[in-house]
Amino acid sequence: MPQDTSYTHQKFNVIGTRPKRPDGIDKVTGRAKFGADTSAPGQLVGLILRSPHAHATIRKIDTSKAERLKGVKAVLTSADLPDLTDGDRAMLDILENCMARGRALYDGHAVAAVAAIDAQTAKKALKLIKVDYKVLPHVTDVDEAIKPGAPIIQDWVFTAGVEPKPKRPSNISQRTEFGHGDVEAGFAEADVIVERSYKTEQTHQGYIEPHACLASVRPDGSGELWVTTQGHFTFRNICSSLLGMDVAKLKVTASEIGGGFGGKTHVWMEPVALALSRKANRPVKLVMSRDEVFRATGPTCSTSVDVKIGAKKDGTITAATAELRYQNGAFPNIWGMLGAMTSFACYDLKNVKSIGYDILCNRPKVAAYRAPSAPMAAFGVESTMDLVAAEIGMDPVDFRIKNAAKEGTLASYGPTYGPIGIGPTLEAVKNHPHMRARLGKNQGRGMACGFWFNFGGQTCTDLNIGIDGTVTLTVGTVDVGGSRASLSLIAAEELGIPYDQVITNIADTASLGFNDMTEGSRGTFSSGMAAIFAARNAIEVLRKRAAQMWEIPVEAVVWEKGEAKAMGKKHGNLPQLSLKEIAAKAPNTGGPIAGHSEVVADNAGVSFASHICDVEVDPETGATKVIRYTVIQDAGKAIHPDYVEGQFQGGAVQGIGWALNEEYIYGEDGRLQNAGFLDYRMPVCSDIPFIDTQILEIPNPNHPYGVRGVGETSIVPPLAAIGNAVSNAVGVRLSHVPMSPPRILKALVEASGS
Amino acid sequence: MLQVKLTGTLQSAVDDEAEVEIDAATIRELLTRLVERYPRMSKHLDEGIAVSINGEIYRDNWGTQIPDDAEVFLMPRIPGG
Repeated sequence: MPQDTSYTHQKFNVIGTRPKRPDGIDKVTGRAKFGADTSAPGQLVGLILRSPHAHATIRKIDTSKAERLKGVKAVLTSADLPDLTDGDRAMLDILENCMARGRALYDGHAVAAVAAIDAQTAKKALKLIKVDYKVLPHVTDVDEAIKPGAPIIQDWVFTAGVEPKPKRPSNISQRTEFGHGDVEAGFAEADVIVERSYKTEQTHQGYIEPHACLASVRPDGSGELWVTTQGHFTFRNICSSLLGMDVAKLKVTASEIGGGFGGKTHVWMEPVALALSRKANRPVKLVMSRDEVFRATGPTCSTSVDVKIGAKKDGTITAATAELRYQNGAFPNIWGMLGAMTSFACYDLKNVKSIGYDILCNRPKVAAYRAPSAPMAAFGVESTMDLVAAEIGMDPVDFRIKNAAKEGTLASYGPTYGPIGIGPTLEAVKNHPHMRARLGKNQGRGMACGFWFNFGGQTCTDLNIGIDGTVTLTVGTVDVGGSRASLSLIAAEELGIPYDQVITNIADTASLGFNDMTEGSRGTFSSGMAAIFAARNAIEVLRKRAAQMWEIPVEAVVWEKGEAKAMGKKHGNLPQLSLKEIAAKAPNTGGPIAGHSEVVADNAGVSFASHICDVEVDPETGATKVIRYTVIQDAGKAIHPDYVEGQFQGGAVQGIGWALNEEYIYGEDGRLQNAGFLDYRMPVCSDIPFIDTQILEIPNPNHPYGVRGVGETSIVPPLAAIGNAVSNAVGVRLSHVPMSPPRILKALVEASGS
Repeated sequence: MLQVKLTGTLQSAVDDEAEVEIDAATIRELLTRLVERYPRMSKHLDEGIAVSINGEIYRDNWGTQIPDDAEVFLMPRIPGG
């Protein structure tokens, strides 16, 4: 059946209500099973040996003593993980990141692994593995990595996107450029030009649950993996490809997930666990320590960004440019390109150019972190926007409203926008009571905007109706933020039944067709779309069954408010049949009643947010306290407003941590100095105020309910909103994130000249 | 005939042109003809590509029809968090 994804102005009964999430009680009582919460008969403990060096050649690994230790069942090095990638460099990078292949590229890079009967034996075995390193020069700073003479991280990387093609390898893996118009002519028209440079430090997603899995490979080559992940179908495909297994022979089950934020869209040690299990012929459980999570999984980029904006005195921006240098870790990716694409996406600009550089360093492979790359670009652009507004004497909100992108605007990254929500979020900021609240001594207010793309992707869903009329919705997108509640609401809405008559489950990879990961703010958008179509398909079956029960043509049956209704003069007096009544007769009317849907949910609809922040800065210590914070974002349609607000609040809190405290600190030796929550300071409840939210609903024309993704955009504005607030509080522009007490004090001292 | 604009590193695969003319009625036809004319595009297709048609971004639906006068942008496939 053709699936029309167009927005239909449907009136809702249960969409927009706030029922309790089905997984809530299990999670707060400890019953929920996360990555480390399962076991198998005969399971072994897996541990990984990691490089203490930022950059080194591995001359030799001697595992003989570890192998002879009683209780050790398998020892693994890259020799056990042959390259099966058939020239696919991106896959080989994943394999090399999971287990070093002749060279260690960062502090924490895996070099060997063991599986033993218990943790004590496994730890002993790790100590018995002797690795002969030749230590090489290293570089961990993004600006240092592109200076002449910097150590080259990957000798096969030649800068892409420049002509002529370079003849020497470089730490710049690619240069990308976006924009339109003539920026030089635009700057010539400007009355005011502001040009500033900014830096942001590397942060980790900081999910509370470390990576964990239980792998079991049988002698016949089939296997199972229980794992904490944002995308078990993708994990299955990557692991089976790297290990030479048939896709269908590897069953992956996603555990409950204790946060991911992009960090669990990548495999880190799961192929190693499977390889250990295959070698030992026993199940292997591998659980990372927090130290390993920091050192050897994927934080976001550190960056160095230059922004230049020119404007007329009436507030019209005449030109804008940005040059963005993003540190990718030891493996090339496209994070700088994303920074360049997102940097000016909020604005309607005649002349704009952004250039992104992706740069390699001796740091862990960078992973996605909630609207990846956008927050750092927004920090530079939105800070400069405030500076330009001040130079021309215009209110910063009015300045943004004057230049905001709208339907028909040519986006700085290329396409022309459809209906979008940046203007309405800015108008909401202007009218919000927060903007009129009085500030006290040492306090400042800032605001900023943010953009993220959002996307949909491949999605597959089953809906089954039980004999008692209860409904099971089976989806393949991992629930990271309450999506089971939202998806149950959608199925209930379509079928016309109460929310608590629907249970949503996450299927393993053997039970449902492929689903893309829960990333790109796609979970509720895409599985919601598939759930709508699956429910509509089930309704077709329900109509047929009702027609059979009544012995009338199916054309005379309609579905209304959860019941089959006979239409027409001949049948109109028949009593309506409820879903439960039809379900009860299913065995005698054709068997189980179900609806299925597979869909590629494209057109997720871009997302915008504007944030307001008040801070108080202690001028003696430089310590900053966020005292009030408001998030305003377009959700398209909030299916379950609690979880939309939760996403808004969560992104803001992560942004507050990033803006004020969080930072990877590397020593001169290239080793991470603060790989633990005591020294890597994330905000806790007592650090933050209640995060106020305002949901705007500007329907996405390409979703039946108007839904847009909401999970990521909320982390984009905070760095800049807080930067603007701090700068307004202390009277000095802060340009280096995190704005930790020492950096604020330093800025104050430099400004005062004392 | 579609005027297809390219962004980022995709331009280097089409001899540094910012815009190329392609006769295609669907995304599949568009990508097939691009690779025929510019074999270096094949690598980008393998890495993942997105097509923006009148501002709406398609990543996987290659059967999507492209109107004659559509604004078409080719972009790298974008990951999320």
